[in-house]
Amino acid sequence: MTGSVLEVKDLRTSFFTPDGEIPAVDGVKFHLKEGEILGIVGESGCGKSVTSLSIMGLVPAQNGKIVGGEILFRNEDLTKVSAKRMREIRGNDIAMIYQEPMSSLNPVFTIGNQLMEAIRTHAKMSKQEALKMAVDILKRVGLPRAEELIHSYPHQLSGGMCQRVMIAMALVCEPQVLIADEPTTALDVTIQAQILDLMKKLNEELKTSIILITHDLGVVAEVCDRVAVMYAGKIVEEGFVNDIFQLPKHPYTIGLIKSIPDVRFKKRKLYSIPGSVPKPGTLKQGCLFAPRCLHAFDRCHKATPEMVAASPSHGVRCFLHASQEEGQYGGNLIKS
Amino acid sequence: MTYIIRRFILLFVTLIFISVITFLVFQILPGDPVRTILGPEAEEVQVETLRRQMGLDKPAHVQYLNLVQGFFQGDMGDSIRFSRPVTSLIMERLPITISLAMFSLIIVIFVAIPLGIFTARRENKWSDFLLSSFTQLGMAIPTFFVGMMLILFIGMTFSFFSTGGYVPWSESVAGAIGSLALPALTIALPQIAISFRYARNAILEQSKLDYVRTARGKGLTEAVVVYKHVLKNSMIPVLTVFGLILAEVIAGTIVVEQVFSLPGIGRLLITAVSYRDFPVVQGIVLYIAFVVVLINFIVDILYTVLDPRIRLKE
Repeated sequence: MTGSVLEVKDLRTSFFTPDGEIPAVDGVKFHLKEGEILGIVGESGCGKSVTSLSIMGLVPAQNGKIVGGEILFRNEDLTKVSAKRMREIRGNDIAMIYQEPMSSLNPVFTIGNQLMEAIRTHAKMSKQEALKMAVDILKRVGLPRAEELIHSYPHQLSGGMCQRVMIAMALVCEPQVLIADEPTTALDVTIQAQILDLMKKLNEELKTSIILITHDLGVVAEVCDRVAVMYAGKIVEEGFVNDIFQLPKHPYTIGLIKSIPDVRFKKRKLYSIPGSVPKPGTLKQGCLFAPRCLHAFDRCHKATPEMVAASPSHGVRCFLHASQEEGQYGGNLIKS
Repeated sequence: MTYIIRRFILLFVTLIFISVITFLVFQILPGDPVRTILGPEAEEVQVETLRRQMGLDKPAHVQYLNLVQGFFQGDMGDSIRFSRPVTSLIMERLPITISLAMFSLIIVIFVAIPLGIFTARRENKWSDFLLSSFTQLGMAIPTFFVGMMLILFIGMTFSFFSTGGYVPWSESVAGAIGSLALPALTIALPQIAISFRYARNAILEQSKLDYVRTARGKGLTEAVVVYKHVLKNSMIPVLTVFGLILAEVIAGTIVVEQVFSLPGIGRLLITAVSYRDFPVVQGIVLYIAFVVVLINFIVDILYTVLDPRIRLKE
């Protein structure tokens, strides 16, 4: 696809335990366009974090492994490149920020040390130049007193400040792709909004493409251009944010949107999807959502649905939409 | 800063406790030193005179203060057996024991930490299991046995290593190393066995933390991730163990100096005990206790170098 900076094709990542292979990511396929913000949404354990670690080549090597598929970054397959080449890409072309900003920084080195390390790993420059660059990027992510901050240790900073430092560290080499794995989950609500605004601003200014991984649909609605909904290691629906929110097709997406609390209906009991995500590998047959799906029929329990196009930019993995009258189903489901 | 001050006060209080306990132990211990010196046939007048000379007729608290004063002034009385000042006896032997202890500690550090890194990177592989089994062995075999085996198999084969006796550093550096290498290794072996496990576990624990993933995510090489990021954090718990190990090493010198006939503090202590030479025993006990407490103080200071969370608290 033209204009895609990153393309993930049929990615499969498994963990190997004494009980056998656990497919955490099972045939994930998506692309990230130049300068866009793509949201990946799903409940915990659906494989969204493993997907991001696979792209970074940081799947825990003791028991995890990419077992199939391709990750094309500018037409270079990251699953096949050498460890050396991967290190050049990591932090320089593709950078990542994490859920726990406080513990993601090394407690025994200063902020400046860790920032300059990121700079000097990928660019030949003197300590003075790197220091100046580090101060500049800290100012850019909205941290006050950057010159003093550079000599601080992580424990002297708040969670929000740490996350800004993490963003600064990720963006200092001007990567083309930024993967943000639940970047606001551990933060206060007010700080959350600030961090999201910052990411959006940097996306516009630096043209960095962003993959935003979250379980919070509110966050997606606020900042993302497109969204992919993940369930049990697979993407079940993908499309523009507006389309997905206004006309969700997959019963799981519909359930997720219905579970967003609405202040207008305070008295109403909160909606929740019955059951819970099946453990990866436990369901051998059929659509993985079928056991929890209110609309499941015979076929859902026997065969695995493929991704079908609801519109050129909207894909859904559900038998309800596999036939011609898909639009009608979708409409009905929402009203019910 | 307040941390260091607090530690210093703690050091001071510990020293007072130790000196009081040492003093009391020698008060309670059966046997009259004066009668030991003069023999069973001494006359009562002689006994009283010597008792006054040695200051043993004074009340207990005065004796204690004299002891503390003597310790800091370098005057701990005279040895009964050698008829020489205790301080000079200790000072003559001190370089040997300190060289031996430092030599052992260096061996422990330079073997245990790399070994810990090596096994941590091979968690649950056969080399990890093999080394763990050696650990059990290393801890179970008594020091004197290890010493004798080293004399037998290495000391007798390679003439560089001496099997007994001491060559001063001032005389020949190679000779000093040759005479200290085997005893130092003897002391170090069981300590390596213990401390490399600590290093391994600390490194394993740290390797699983989030900041390591961040470091890798920056595109750093494995070497920088392990030797910079993981190692500095892992050294914080390992430092505690090394404080304890140095105390063990000093205790180890006592036995090992006997096995290798090194004229150090340990040999002096054993001779003094067998001759009931109480001023010497008291002096050495105080000296060892003082050194151990001082080491713990230094360890506490080193924490602040490694860990900014301790340094910058309050």
